[in-house]
Amino acid sequence: MAVYLPFEEPIKELEEQLEKNIKLQKEKGVDTTEIILQIEKKIDETRKQIYSNLTPWQRVLVSRHPERPYTLSYIEYLTKGNFIELHGDRGVKDDKAMVGGIGEIEGHQVVLIGQQKGVNTKMRQYRNFGMPNPEGYRKALRLMKLAEKFNKPVITFIDTPGAYPGIEAEERGQGEAIARNLMEMANLKVPIICIVIGEGASGGALGIGVGNKVYMLENTWYSVISPESCSTILWRTADYKEKAAEALKLTAQDMYKNKLIDGIIKEPVGGAHTNPEETFENVKKVVLKDLKQLKKISPEKLAEERINKFCAMGVVNEE
Amino acid sequence: MGWFKRLTEGIRTPSKEKKEIPEGLWYKCPKCGHTVISEDFEKNLWVCEKCNYHERIGSKEYFQILFDDNKFTELNPNLTSADPLKFVDTKKYVDRIKATQKKTGLKDAVRTATGKMNGDDVVIGCMDFSFIGGSMGSVVGEKIARAIDYSIEHKIPFLMISKSGGARMMEAAFSLMQMAKTSAKLALLGEAKVPYISLLTDPTTGGVTASFAMLGDLNIAEPNALIGFAGPRVIKETIRKDLPEGFQTSEFVLEHGFLDYIVERKDLKDKISQSFNLLKIK
Repeated sequence: MAVYLPFEEPIKELEEQLEKNIKLQKEKGVDTTEIILQIEKKIDETRKQIYSNLTPWQRVLVSRHPERPYTLSYIEYLTKGNFIELHGDRGVKDDKAMVGGIGEIEGHQVVLIGQQKGVNTKMRQYRNFGMPNPEGYRKALRLMKLAEKFNKPVITFIDTPGAYPGIEAEERGQGEAIARNLMEMANLKVPIICIVIGEGASGGALGIGVGNKVYMLENTWYSVISPESCSTILWRTADYKEKAAEALKLTAQDMYKNKLIDGIIKEPVGGAHTNPEETFENVKKVVLKDLKQLKKISPEKLAEERINKFCAMGVVNEE
Repeated sequence: MGWFKRLTEGIRTPSKEKKEIPEGLWYKCPKCGHTVISEDFEKNLWVCEKCNYHERIGSKEYFQILFDDNKFTELNPNLTSADPLKFVDTKKYVDRIKATQKKTGLKDAVRTATGKMNGDDVVIGCMDFSFIGGSMGSVVGEKIARAIDYSIEHKIPFLMISKSGGARMMEAAFSLMQMAKTSAKLALLGEAKVPYISLLTDPTTGGVTASFAMLGDLNIAEPNALIGFAGPRVIKETIRKDLPEGFQTSEFVLEHGFLDYIVERKDLKDKISQSFNLLKIK
């Protein structure tokens, strides 16, 4: 059964009609070919219409769609299976919410890292809903240092509702782990490409997000806080999440306009999950183009450009 | 019936607490209730003489404590917030900024300055919690970044005093990127081998903990400060369990290996001076 978001109700109704007509033809031998074609056309149109006018909150919902592809699916496609997953932070344990390893994309040897959400109830728990603990960030850093040592570009996939807020996370220094990643990533002497593929929640996302190039897929969000938490804090109730989503300017389109990301990667109409391969191809094109370009830049220059880019972010008045 | 029934007999408020205290003249410790004359409290560096509670103070007080003769030159004092997102919640962000500036007499949540500390040059950045919870937006990030630039250029040690609820929501992703900006600058400070001490004070949480506050060559804290990434309320709601006693205090963070030492306010200046001196490259 497909999962429909609240605003996809018209699509759901049409698809139910479609199913009925297919059934009618199969079981009762009624010729509904004409109707089926009409409904299919209508579905396409409706979907296009809905998806060309998504509100920021609706994009947040698409970014969290349970059927959306996650990091390991991207890695699998991009590397065509020429990938070895590496585990552990060498300190505490292996964080299942942060995955990474070495692989090859069309001849480019790279290190791939990303937050990983689970594909079903059991796996979602196993992956801690994509919320890394400090060891996740330290594992990511270890892999980045490995990349630097062997001069391999780093590609990160960002998809997290936030770094995990727990007792052990605090005991093991969640803040320090993220902070160190920001500092080390800024100065890493190999190319870094970051892509927000789902949710980009705050420091938990930025912890693997300091790249020479930072992209967002079309239906993702990236901000300092989730719309729900923002609503709770500023309006003192969770009822203003739609309004908060608008105020935060968290969509790929707004982030690009504000020059906080380098580009937007197209998704199929209806979201990444409706045609994962098309999504992966779009990502691959961008990654290959950047790899070719960034590999020409000297290690020192790469770090310098990255640092300058992030240091230019922010808007102030100077009297 | 029984709505207004007194359940426990007698007047239970100690008369000392009931007493009306004229504002400004006396200070009453919120922790132990000890009352002192404000002037004496200031002389004791805003620390309760009875229970050692370190009252939250701002940049004005820290500069007074740390800079010799309270003499310093403020860096970039005129940077103000630009409201890039035209943010509105229950109030317009620009109005909130204006009202806070008026109320506090501050331009934003951090002040940076350079001067002498026990005779040696130092650059100090200090956050003001009274300015929208010491939250970090573009101005805070930019001022800290420029203070670090100044430290690098003049090879002067950098001290950052953090006191913040985290990133400023009203500047959304711009605030978030200040974490990357300040951390990136610290990478350069590190390469220049200019020492950096991060002093964490009550409270230091969120995006500030997850960036410059945890990146000192030395991370130090005042006693019993709240220090953490996630706020205690968020953690409690997530794990649906009570938090252990002393969780996220300076002492807790020291015990778990993320602080070098805890320092009382009376020893602050000398111990920081001593630390910088011992790190000096000869």
